[in-house]
Amino acid sequence: MSDIKKIKDEYLLKLSKDLDVNQINQIKTDLFGKNGLVSSQFKQLGKITEDERKKLASELNDAKDVLQNLIVSKIEEIEIKEINQKLEKEKVDITLPERPFAEGKIHPVSQVIDEISSIFSEIGFSVEEGPDVENEYNNFTALNTPDNHPARDMHDTFYLDEKKELLLRTHTSPVQIRTMINDKPPFKIIAPGRTYRSDSDQTHAPMFHQIEGLHIDKDINMGHLKGCLNYFIKEFFEVDKIKMRFRPSHFPFTEPSAEVDIGYEIKDGKIIIGEGDKWLEILGCGMVHPNVLKNVNVDPGEFQGYAFGIGIDRLAMLKYGINDLRAFFDCDYRWLNQFGFDPIDVPSSYRGLSR
Amino acid sequence: MKITSNWLKEHLDTKLDENQIIKKLTDVGLEVESVEKQGGELDDFIVAKILKAEKHPNADKLRVCDVDIGKENPVKVVCGAPNAKEGLFTIYAPPGSVIPKNQMKLVVSKIRGVSSYGMLCSESELNLSDESDGITELSSNDFKNKIGDNYFPKKDSNVIDISITPNRADCLGVRGIARDLAAAGSGKLKDFKENKLKKDGKQKVSVKIENEDNQACTIFGSCLITGVKNTESPDWLKEKIISIGQKPISAIVDITNYVMLDLNRPLHAYDVDKIDKGIIVRNSKKNETFTALDNKEYKLDDGMCVISDASGVLGLGGIIGGTRSGTELDTKNILIESAYFLPRSIRKSSKILNIDTDAKFRFERGIDPLSIEQGLKRASNLIQEICGGKVSEFDIQKIEKYENKSLEFNPSKFEKITGIKIEKDEMMKILNDLGFIIEENKKNLQLKIPTWRPDISQEVDVVEELIRIKGYEQIELIEPQKIRQKETLNKKQKLFHFLQRAVASKGYLEAITWSFTDSRINQLFLKKNKEIKIVNPISSDLDVLRSSIFSNLIIHLNKNLDRGFKDLSIFEIGPTFFGKKPGEQQTVIGGLKSGKIFRQSWLEKERLVDAFDVKSDVIKSLVEAGYDKENLYFDTETPSYYHPGKSGRVFLNKGKEKVVAYFGDIHPNVLKKLDIKIEALVGFEIFLDNIKQPKKSLKDQKTKHKFSDFQKSERDFAFVLDKNFQVQELIEIILNVDKNLIKSVKVFDVYEGKNIPENKKSIALNVTIQSFEKTLNEDDLNKINQTIITAVESKLDAKIRS
Repeated sequence: MSDIKKIKDEYLLKLSKDLDVNQINQIKTDLFGKNGLVSSQFKQLGKITEDERKKLASELNDAKDVLQNLIVSKIEEIEIKEINQKLEKEKVDITLPERPFAEGKIHPVSQVIDEISSIFSEIGFSVEEGPDVENEYNNFTALNTPDNHPARDMHDTFYLDEKKELLLRTHTSPVQIRTMINDKPPFKIIAPGRTYRSDSDQTHAPMFHQIEGLHIDKDINMGHLKGCLNYFIKEFFEVDKIKMRFRPSHFPFTEPSAEVDIGYEIKDGKIIIGEGDKWLEILGCGMVHPNVLKNVNVDPGEFQGYAFGIGIDRLAMLKYGINDLRAFFDCDYRWLNQFGFDPIDVPSSYRGLSR
Repeated sequence: MKITSNWLKEHLDTKLDENQIIKKLTDVGLEVESVEKQGGELDDFIVAKILKAEKHPNADKLRVCDVDIGKENPVKVVCGAPNAKEGLFTIYAPPGSVIPKNQMKLVVSKIRGVSSYGMLCSESELNLSDESDGITELSSNDFKNKIGDNYFPKKDSNVIDISITPNRADCLGVRGIARDLAAAGSGKLKDFKENKLKKDGKQKVSVKIENEDNQACTIFGSCLITGVKNTESPDWLKEKIISIGQKPISAIVDITNYVMLDLNRPLHAYDVDKIDKGIIVRNSKKNETFTALDNKEYKLDDGMCVISDASGVLGLGGIIGGTRSGTELDTKNILIESAYFLPRSIRKSSKILNIDTDAKFRFERGIDPLSIEQGLKRASNLIQEICGGKVSEFDIQKIEKYENKSLEFNPSKFEKITGIKIEKDEMMKILNDLGFIIEENKKNLQLKIPTWRPDISQEVDVVEELIRIKGYEQIELIEPQKIRQKETLNKKQKLFHFLQRAVASKGYLEAITWSFTDSRINQLFLKKNKEIKIVNPISSDLDVLRSSIFSNLIIHLNKNLDRGFKDLSIFEIGPTFFGKKPGEQQTVIGGLKSGKIFRQSWLEKERLVDAFDVKSDVIKSLVEAGYDKENLYFDTETPSYYHPGKSGRVFLNKGKEKVVAYFGDIHPNVLKKLDIKIEALVGFEIFLDNIKQPKKSLKDQKTKHKFSDFQKSERDFAFVLDKNFQVQELIEIILNVDKNLIKSVKVFDVYEGKNIPENKKSIALNVTIQSFEKTLNEDDLNKINQTIITAVESKLDAKIRS
């Protein structure tokens, strides 16, 4: 047996044992150091015949490769083991609570305004706004509700001056007036906003939200009004069909006027919209009164159309099962957390209004 | 307006039952608000037969009876009456019924261990007689076929409460309602038959309507009835008055009320013997007084329409009578007034005096001016019938003539408005039934509007009548088209939307509070604005429009602190007011943050919320709304409710055009005044109206994408400078050294104290330098370093710290 083979076998055996890094390095020195066994064998190569040399060199290189590779992989193995041992020590209890984060919420009224806007956007309405403080003319007179008209009793009004010329708007309808005075027909707008009435009890708040709708063009009739509201209610409640009832009513600024009821039933304490035999009033509407159009310089002989007003807060209550209107404005942290919406939850037509 | 279906049927020949009537009323626009049982408590008592009566196992005097009440199974009733025997017909009261005598409500109860379902009643318990020994005994012959029936005749008429809209004055009388139902095909309006009235002699009381400006009484009709005997009303009349929830007073008063409710014709009865000389209808003089029938004394303004005599005011015409000439039970001679008053005047006077009466309610909506004589006739007939007496001829004074108004109606208008067609014949039938007189010419209908319909004056009013009677359900739905010609939101509305959700996403809960608030709290946040008072607030602590979002938000924050929360973040977006004219308002986001960050966290060291938390929230929200962070500019001028040393103002750029936001610690004095107990409170306000809208859209604002792949270098500097000097400017100077090379400046340390002179601070900065053209070598970098140091040191009283 040649020396080379002897060395190879001997060290293969040594390396097969459980060694630490120092021991392996020692072996490395023993073999490949300046005077190492393998190094020495290489030095011998010069002293022998070319024939022998060829054979020996091949044998030697082979042994060298095998041993060297083994050493490298041994060291790697140990390193990995050491890292694993280290990581084992770094282990945390990952079930501990995460770093706290704050969750913001959008108020249900704001969410519902966005939902409504999204629905009407689909059928071509754009959003208009008006001031919360209005003059008596825009809030009443221009809307065909002259002074000393009993219809004014239907609105308990907050006034800002003794002469009763300045007031907090009692409905969003003055936005109709502002929009029509400032622009030219056709009009197709919705106007959400705060409205105010000076009565306050369990079911009435001194401030609430309405959304006004107005569509004026040359041939807009009550069929369009019905279609628009039917579409809106279906979309809003996200149901396939609804039961809707138009009931004659009276608003000074529309003629004919109607109140709209939707059918519902209570199942397991929850309200189901679109089924059942009970009726719930949700909005008022009608064909814009010719006197109103005259007041804003729109020719009622040429243009006509409809208007509607919807109570936003009540819609929100219905859709999201909220019982108490007053709680909307109480800012109870627990209530806001429960009924609020995630800010990334932007109502849209393609993703759906609500989750 | 309350009616009963029995009363209604006096005017309407109909086959409909009450439920059908109720539905029809709502369908034609007379919305039924409620239907109440009329005296319903006697409906519960049922004719029953005792099938078996056994001794109670635990009581000698009680019996356990099996009682047949007409249902499938007999019920068990424990009874103590000695006459409770097998085969007896008697009266049974089920659980839930109320015993008339003692008003006790029956419940299922155990009597000595045996459950008793209801009770067998004595005559006394039912107020039938004083007989209390034993239960009622009914004759088996009369009642053998009536087991299970109500013992008391059932009153089948409920009180139907109808909400009459302000335009429908005509439906404030039962006959008007009947007319509408008849027109809608629910029956036939009965002819109104009035007995012939025998009139004796002239009306001797002189009546004069003063012909003066603004005379609100245009017709005053009257008749005299002498020798009457006022009395309690007869049962039929009392029942009528009671049936709609009113109280009978005396025959004369009840009759005038009845005519008003029946025909919508208000009347007033005077005791003639109390009238001094004659009646003068005139305008009141300022400070005239009179005592009204509500026993209140009223002091009048000038120009109110009064009925007076030689001694003064008798009553307010069309609103309320006075006590001085009121009828009483001993009244012998009466004058009945049937008049017409102008609605506007009635409304104005009653508003000023704050009087609401049934007459006023009707006159202000408009009474039929041609119903004067009908009212006098009806009332006189009834009074004569009930109280006797002689009726004079009618005296009608008038200063204005009333007749039917005319209107030309083009039938095509109906389809134009409603989208559906109805035949001309059908139109004419409906209008005819409603009381219109129709003359047909070629194309149009010439209409004479009934005088009881003051609300009808235009073609659309006629369209409404037609579609209302035809039925709104006939209108055919037209599906909306999904076409959009204009953007849904304008730029400002989009900004509102973005910022609202941007702020919420920073962990704030959105609140909505009233636009009005408590003036005492609002004054803390008033700034330089004037207080805007509400003339008629609902309560003294909601008496002004808010000048700041904080006025309400801080109160609600405090309420939540009281609920035991400490670390709160809330915000509101909405209007604040700086003047009382329309438009003198701003849209503002106000946010408040209280307590600590990482309170009791195992992970992070807890700390108080501070101005830099809200600064970050404001900046991040603005960035999300599309504004460039690098351009934002800050200074320290803030309103007095912020901590003077820990608050700032935000501008969109160095030009400082408009304040975009405030942020910082809330002033400790505010917390003290409002008794807010929390470790820390910070807040911010963003003024949406002050945020300038960029002309270009965000996609057009983006510059060409440009970046450098050459190596970037970082250099650290520390400058010692004046303690009050603002780092904002230091960073700006450095950035301005070479905008192409200096990519960013970070502040990584702010230090005051040891080794730094008093009134100085040390600011340590990390500057990133990168070229678009090449990798910078050491020389280049040193050059820039030196330029930075020189720039800072020369422009500021600063020294590089070595």
